[in-house]
Amino acid sequence: MSRLDLSGLRARPAQVWGAVRLVPLVRAEPITDLRLHRELYEDGPLTVRGERGTAYTAYVPHGFVANWTGDGSPAAAYGSQLSDERGPVVCAPLHLPRKLVQRRRGKEAGTGAGKGPGTGPGKGKAAGGPSGGLRFLPLHLALDGYLALHFGGPSIVWEEWTRRAVRDGLSPRAERAYRGEAIPGLDDALRVFEIHPGQCGVLVYVADALAAAFVVPHPDDYRALHPSLLQDLYGELMHQYALYGGPVPEFTARIAAEYITSLAELRSAAERRQQEWESQHAVLMAGELLDESYEVRQAYRMGRFRLSRFLPPFALHRTQHIGETITDGKGRVAYLKTFRLTDKQVRRGHVLHRLAAHDWHVGRTAEAMGITGPELVRRVTHLGFEGLLERPVERPAKGRG
Amino acid sequence: MESCPDLVAAEDVLLFVNAAITATGQREFRSGAAAQQLSLDFLHEYVRINYRPLYAASLALDINDHNAALIVRRLLETAGEATADGRRTEGRLIAARLARLPAPRVYRLFRALGAAGVNNRRTRAIIRDWVAARPDPALDAVKYRAGLKSAARHAHLPLHGPGEDVGELGDFLFAPRRRKQFDTPLLDAWRRAHYEQGALYELPFTVAEGFAAAHGIGRRAFLERIAPRMTRGERLRVQESARAHGAEVDRDLTGMPLTRLASYVLGLPLDDRVARRAELTGALRAAARRTAGARAGTWGRVAAVLDDSYSTTGSRQKRRRPLATALACHFLLEALGGEYLPLWTSGRKDALLARPYGPTPLGMRVLDALEYAPERLVIVSDGWDNAPPGLAGEVLRVWRTRLDPGGATSAVHLNPVYDAEDFTVRRLSPVVPTAGVRDAEDLPALVQLARFAEGRTGLAELRAHLDERVRQFLAEDGEPVRAEGAAG
Repeated sequence: MSRLDLSGLRARPAQVWGAVRLVPLVRAEPITDLRLHRELYEDGPLTVRGERGTAYTAYVPHGFVANWTGDGSPAAAYGSQLSDERGPVVCAPLHLPRKLVQRRRGKEAGTGAGKGPGTGPGKGKAAGGPSGGLRFLPLHLALDGYLALHFGGPSIVWEEWTRRAVRDGLSPRAERAYRGEAIPGLDDALRVFEIHPGQCGVLVYVADALAAAFVVPHPDDYRALHPSLLQDLYGELMHQYALYGGPVPEFTARIAAEYITSLAELRSAAERRQQEWESQHAVLMAGELLDESYEVRQAYRMGRFRLSRFLPPFALHRTQHIGETITDGKGRVAYLKTFRLTDKQVRRGHVLHRLAAHDWHVGRTAEAMGITGPELVRRVTHLGFEGLLERPVERPAKGRG
Repeated sequence: MESCPDLVAAEDVLLFVNAAITATGQREFRSGAAAQQLSLDFLHEYVRINYRPLYAASLALDINDHNAALIVRRLLETAGEATADGRRTEGRLIAARLARLPAPRVYRLFRALGAAGVNNRRTRAIIRDWVAARPDPALDAVKYRAGLKSAARHAHLPLHGPGEDVGELGDFLFAPRRRKQFDTPLLDAWRRAHYEQGALYELPFTVAEGFAAAHGIGRRAFLERIAPRMTRGERLRVQESARAHGAEVDRDLTGMPLTRLASYVLGLPLDDRVARRAELTGALRAAARRTAGARAGTWGRVAAVLDDSYSTTGSRQKRRRPLATALACHFLLEALGGEYLPLWTSGRKDALLARPYGPTPLGMRVLDALEYAPERLVIVSDGWDNAPPGLAGEVLRVWRTRLDPGGATSAVHLNPVYDAEDFTVRRLSPVVPTAGVRDAEDLPALVQLARFAEGRTGLAELRAHLDERVRQFLAEDGEPVRAEGAAG
């Protein structure tokens, strides 16, 4: 369990448009040895044949490519590199552990899922110098982490679980999300947003609920990727907030006139407003993201950077975020993308966690949660896992005959 | 002390004047064309019904052409609501304003009147007088053929000037095949241009362009040969396209209006601006000096806060317009002030290389400007102060109430963007007057007008000011103050 370390990034005053509040994050020193840029896939849904006759189909609007160097020298900047493969991204087969990231190494490595994340970063790479790129789908890693939560299903064949649950686990498991374009007002908010010099990230608030955090290593990357926020996923709650939550107020600066006697004092008062906003924002607004401790799983290593996904503790009645991040050797965030879970999604994670902790035994889990067995069954059914549980014997069969 | 209705009236009229200076019914950075038009239409309706004499009088102010045409149209549509005396003044104001409007806009207005079915005697007389006062009827017939034709049809124009072959113009417009040839050279050139390539180079540029396309003439050859027939505005407009085709169209930057020139400069790539720095700066300075005229150097110590944040990109219809206004104001203030300190919101020093980028930290820039202790502080911004929001207003308020209550420094905020939701330009602070601005050339007059916006002066003074402006406007009737931009 660990926290997100956003040191090096400072919040600047928010810009408000309708229900959307965008808080820019500015980096004093950009990271130059890791760069991100975007690939657009315009072919629509794509299907990849996996192993053992499985197929993986996904609609992928855009992917990110990370370029890094081993010795800390600047990596190629967005737009200035020649890319030899422009084909669709090759996705992972649908069994665990999945390979959600893809080394860009030409055609021989481009098709199968042969080289897993554990292959090691240094292989076939000259020490120092540009080390190729890594393609990954934004938020895919994070969502996959959530969807794959206890994906295997019950590990012990208790009688309450159906045979299918034991055999196939939670498959198929689905969650709904909205594209950024479907969030009313987000497009205009992003369009009229004035990007700060040195800006490397943004926190998106919808009706003052944190919808997403997005951080990149370099300001140029941010300028290029700013519109990609519109193609990202947002939870249903954010859609509703944007639809029904009216305009949010601007936090306008206030200066108490009575203590000002000179221009110098006025200036220091104005500067104080700036610092106050920064500290208040971190505590009051971004607290739910920054103060949470996360379960972090590393997915890939690239030079001194690590690509990993993180899951919240799934505590009930608390807003929580899943996400993916690239951190440097000291654990500072170079890249971050988060997705806010809805309450129902949190409850799903919570119940799955508790079930797994008690070896999927319904009675023991219910006892630990302080509820009765049938109540837990009701909850599990209500959360969309009805196919997993055997129909309780005591409940009369309906509609038969 | 003014009575409350008077203050409200003064405020309403100022609101309208600010809107009429800035709004063009086109898309802005933060609102769409439909919202702008809806908002502007309401405002016109409201002011016309409640303050009809003031509505008409605003034709004498530096309002933009779009609104001038709208006002004329609405006054003529509702001529019955005016008193007999008011109608006379309205008629003179309309005639004087139409004489200053560019011809295409007037023809568009006439067509709109025709479409709206406005055909009272006054309208016909106004159209007749305006067309009769055109310097070259043959040029109008060729260049604005459709416009003149619909105006003539709508207002039953006789269509012949003194000493002309009676009916030739009429035939040209309505039955061009009736004559084997025309006596007026320009009309005949138009007839010949249908089959003779050489004749199209005697026509105005916009007309010749269509013929060139019909004849399949290459763009480069066409531009080089038609160059002498282009107006100044056209020559500036085709500069970049001519260069792309390798054609030589000599440009003449001297004599261009200041804001138009600033727009041209901002349309150039940064490398070109660096390469042509001396030429561009010289032209801008010359235009600014010409605009400043006798007032050059009389404003004392001036500080300007100029907005070059990302929002000054404008929209597709008004590309970089707010930034062009700020750049033009920069050069004008440089000419007007004895000592001058420009402060761009981005912190950039080189005005010529201005480009829209970054947030709008107006508050800190205003502080920088106040530390310079200027006699006049001019802020040119769209009023969206966002880093942090509202700081500029607070700084100005505290400074005005605590540090400079006597008003040793006069501050004014000029806003080039109409805010559709507020029905006026966005203000920074109640203690600093805000005026709309479209062309930097009007800056001195706007600063004068802005003092009414402080809320201290009432309707009587405003009315006196407007009467004075109307008197001046009608006195110089017939002599266009601004350079004729008929083609631009």
